[in-house]
Amino acid sequence: MAVNKGKSVALFATCLVDLWRPAVARAAERLLIKAGFKVAVPSGQTCCGQVNYNSGDQKGARKLARRHIMLLVPFDYVVVPSGSCADMIKNHYPALFGNDLDVQKTAQVLSGKTYELTEFLVRIARWKPSRAGGVKRKLVYHDSCSCQRSLRIYKEPRLLLEAQGKYDLQALTGEDRCCGFGGLFSVKYGEVSSHMAGKKTAAIAATEAEILTGADLGCLLNLSGKLKAEGSACEVRHIAEILAEEEA
Amino acid sequence: MSETPLDFEKGAHEALGSATLQQALGKFQTGYPLLRARAMQSLPDFEKVRTKAARIKDFSLKNLDKLTDQYREKVEANGGTVHICETAADARKTVVEICRQAEAKKITKSKSMVTEELALNDALEAAGMEVLETDLGEYIIQLAGERPSHIVGPALHKTKEEVAQLFKAHHKTRRKRETGEQLVREAREVLREKYFASEVGITGANFLIAETGTAVIVTNEGNADLCRILPNTHIVVTSMEKVIPTLDDLSVFLRLLARSASGQEMTSYTTLVSGPRGPGESEGPSSFHVVIVDGGRSKLLGTDQQALLRCIKCGACMNVCPVYMSVGGHTYGWVYPGPIGAVLNPVLNGFGTMYHNYQASTFCGACEEVCPVKIPLTKIMRDWRTRAFQERIPGLGARLALWLWAAIAANPFLYNLAAGAGIPILRALAGKKGVLKSLPLAKGWMKGRVLDAPEGGRFVRGRKR
Repeated sequence: MAVNKGKSVALFATCLVDLWRPAVARAAERLLIKAGFKVAVPSGQTCCGQVNYNSGDQKGARKLARRHIMLLVPFDYVVVPSGSCADMIKNHYPALFGNDLDVQKTAQVLSGKTYELTEFLVRIARWKPSRAGGVKRKLVYHDSCSCQRSLRIYKEPRLLLEAQGKYDLQALTGEDRCCGFGGLFSVKYGEVSSHMAGKKTAAIAATEAEILTGADLGCLLNLSGKLKAEGSACEVRHIAEILAEEEA
Repeated sequence: MSETPLDFEKGAHEALGSATLQQALGKFQTGYPLLRARAMQSLPDFEKVRTKAARIKDFSLKNLDKLTDQYREKVEANGGTVHICETAADARKTVVEICRQAEAKKITKSKSMVTEELALNDALEAAGMEVLETDLGEYIIQLAGERPSHIVGPALHKTKEEVAQLFKAHHKTRRKRETGEQLVREAREVLREKYFASEVGITGANFLIAETGTAVIVTNEGNADLCRILPNTHIVVTSMEKVIPTLDDLSVFLRLLARSASGQEMTSYTTLVSGPRGPGESEGPSSFHVVIVDGGRSKLLGTDQQALLRCIKCGACMNVCPVYMSVGGHTYGWVYPGPIGAVLNPVLNGFGTMYHNYQASTFCGACEEVCPVKIPLTKIMRDWRTRAFQERIPGLGARLALWLWAAIAANPFLYNLAAGAGIPILRALAGKKGVLKSLPLAKGWMKGRVLDAPEGGRFVRGRKR
């Protein structure tokens, strides 16, 4: 990984990971270090502002965006263990500052160096996880809408999982269908959201997978909550944790 | 707040609890993508064609006045009349008046969502006329006394068994079997006679071609042709954004429309109408009118959201929408359901009233991926949320919560403080299993679902330096 050596990566953990599952960020950090980068975790990072942005509160979103643009732009790369937060920084930050061209310019610079974790590991770092042997457990990968449609990430997590060779990746019926999370949607329209999650968990159950993984913690918490309510024993883990398993 | 938002949750609750609706939606949700994918095999350059279609629509919208004038001149030269109506009320009055002039007692009608928007049938019936819907789906819901739940398949929410029951109650025919084919034949027999008895036929139009003064109507049942040819008067009721420049442009849209709508390469019938029966012609109406409705659409011209007027009403967006496919069309509460309704209804029927239409979306983006005219549906939904927020349509509590979140998240000291207090509380509430089953501020989440508690600790904060 000589090409990566010395390049700086800011790890933007996202609020959900930082508050709910810090282990995901620790795993992501480990992967980035293994890939040869100098990893920084800028202190003072909180929430990217997506919740405000999608709720129509542009003022609140701009406040948080401006703060994170300044915090993250000095690094060579910014890596996010979440498709939707990466999408927010990459595609929506510039759009927020149509009336402030200086900030917009900086936002565009940041946009160009921001990546979702699996995308970064494959496309930029060209890193592969250590190969593991043993009995393969069945696993399904859930593509978030932000990853598959906004960021066009599909192959990347699969390549990483294949390279690791530890799991037996199952095909998921309706894999392009939203799991029903949608941020505040899951609380405001809880019944609809839960119904959508149920369609997804039914498809997951049909694969008989023991583990569900994905790149977006919001989706994973949604599906985990649904699976548990349904009495499923399917384990739910973030892709960073899965990939870091063999990386001491 | 000037308008109370129409309830969405209640409708959604009922829809989710309806076994027949879920059965009907489930069948369609698995069937449609396969049909569409098959039809798209013969249009490998979908991306190119839809980009072209979007460009033609943008050009048309930019030159709408000129093109509409051109269309009107052509129709008038052909012996027809064009009525441009600013409001739904104007349009209703205009159509009722034309029907009165034609001394109409019976009116046959083919599918038109714009007439739904006008509540035209109610107006005509109030004027003492009998209106018969002749599109099979529209006919079914007319018998049931319902509204369309889908812009292409208005009776999508009904199962075959429900239709059989409905027909049994309304038709006097005796039938042995209840196959789909049998039901279609039965409806056709009942409808066939009625065409001959009507004085006025009303149809919609999918496109209006300025160059030739032609209204284009696509159907799969041929009912629009019967509505058009048999009565003495034909009224086309449509909306202002349907105008396109040339016949050549039409070919671009026809390649997209049926593939997107029903997974067909072409619909069974594509009818081009440019005026009344000409001299020496033996068929067709002697009187021909086109009613073009604005209804609030012109407010979008020249704005950032104008692109939503590109819509060719194919319904693909709702066919792939996970929310629509969960709650069905009626839950949206007004004429246009699904993603296109979410952006269009507020413009036509009020941002307050239609509040939940643009809120109830996960922004999954499936709609944009299939839209044949590349309408940025999620972007416009977000724009409407922004507008609603500025107009203080969301309640004070919701606005305050967002303000508070931004204030806390912009201040790491406060953020750490709040996290330091909140995480242990949630963990304590969750108990040993680490699972929350109720939470006062997240009741919605807990509907048929639990929430994993935070695992404890922080990443950004609790780091060794």
